[in-house]
Amino acid sequence: MTKNKHKTDVIIIGAGPVGLFAVFELGLLDMKAHLVDILDKVGGQCAELYPEKPIYDIPGFPVITGQDLTDNLMAQIEPFSPIFHLQQMASSLKKLENGNWELSTDFDTIIEAPVIVIAAGGGSFMPKKPNIPRLEEFEGTSVFYSVREMKKFEGKNILVAGGGDSALDWTLNLEPLANSMALVHRRSEFRAAPDSVSKMMKLVNEEKMDFHVGDIKELHGLNGRLNSVTVHPKGADAYRVECDTLLAFYGLTMKLGPIAEFGLNLEQNLIPVDTEKFETSTPQIFSIGDINTYPGKLKLILSGFHEAALMAQQAFRYVYPDKKLRFQYTTSSSSLQQKLGVDDKAA
Amino acid sequence: MQIYVTDQEGKEHALDAIEGWRVMEIIKDHGLPLKAECGGACCCATCHVYVHEDWIDKLFDMRDDEEDMLDEAMEVEDNSRLSCQILMSEDLDGLKVTIAPGTEPE
Repeated sequence: MTKNKHKTDVIIIGAGPVGLFAVFELGLLDMKAHLVDILDKVGGQCAELYPEKPIYDIPGFPVITGQDLTDNLMAQIEPFSPIFHLQQMASSLKKLENGNWELSTDFDTIIEAPVIVIAAGGGSFMPKKPNIPRLEEFEGTSVFYSVREMKKFEGKNILVAGGGDSALDWTLNLEPLANSMALVHRRSEFRAAPDSVSKMMKLVNEEKMDFHVGDIKELHGLNGRLNSVTVHPKGADAYRVECDTLLAFYGLTMKLGPIAEFGLNLEQNLIPVDTEKFETSTPQIFSIGDINTYPGKLKLILSGFHEAALMAQQAFRYVYPDKKLRFQYTTSSSSLQQKLGVDDKAA
Repeated sequence: MQIYVTDQEGKEHALDAIEGWRVMEIIKDHGLPLKAECGGACCCATCHVYVHEDWIDKLFDMRDDEEDMLDEAMEVEDNSRLSCQILMSEDLDGLKVTIAPGTEPE
């Protein structure tokens, strides 16, 4: 298999606001960065959890939404052409003989760099699993939390659970391929886009699929093969729905994931760092933003920005061991302004 | 002012409450295990609680975004609420809630 191999100066795990701003601070010091994020978009919690919610404590912005902050950061780091590896989880890290680190993702991307920056916030966003007995028995064979390949679901008797956009979108996308399709949701209102809901209801009216209001309480089947589930409607008797595939979409939650196996010291699932360089117990590995801890730590975006700036100073010494680091201001340094493309924009 | 919070293990805690704070913040401030990962933005459902029947009618009605977000909570009942959406006030002195499953920090 041909692997997707890259070499760069700094690998940033997590493309949230702090990971994005780290690209800027590293870029000013001539370091290139690759970013890995499990989400299909940049912005981390700002983009996934609260894109529309106003944030009031970003310096210089009396109010800004999570998505606007993300968009602004992307514009700010554009001159440094960061490379993004999205929808991939940083899965393992190993030290190479040449002193560099090699990071692998669950999508077979391999990146080599002298410096690693863990800016993973609350951890990786992973699917929430419902509390249903025997769930693990069927995971990976009959129960799934995402769709990577639609073909896999061809001819199946599918039950989709949930009321958000993922549940509705996959119901609509897989219905033409499936042998049978049904949706189960705890109530008859949906938070998914109204257009998707009306398309789904149309299919129900045309008897092309079923819709059940209730909660899944039991799974039935043998050897990992599901044959039906028990649905409990509120205030009515439970009944069985036949299906061989359950797709559960109950949203995402953050889990530390494979970072716990990177061999770093951990304190209550946070990574201890010093407050001078924000380096971990392992040289060349830094940690910034919500995922680190030190005396007086505050989980604020602005603290993460500060941590990124100081991290970059020490990262420079690893990436350019023979060069002297000179501190400059973007307001006065023509070389920094050149890196930022200031002249081009003025012209 | 106090609130009474039953944790995931079934143990009840009497917590000092402060007017204007969200019940989620009071629970976390006392160090009880509550994930509340979005930090009170009504965006995650990991601060899900069951409100004791005596208190349900004393709360403000749920807004649509809270009802929507409960879709991502586990084992939702008629007395389910997100504790980040309950604002502490004198009227709620003595409020009783039970932390719901699916809210345990990692």
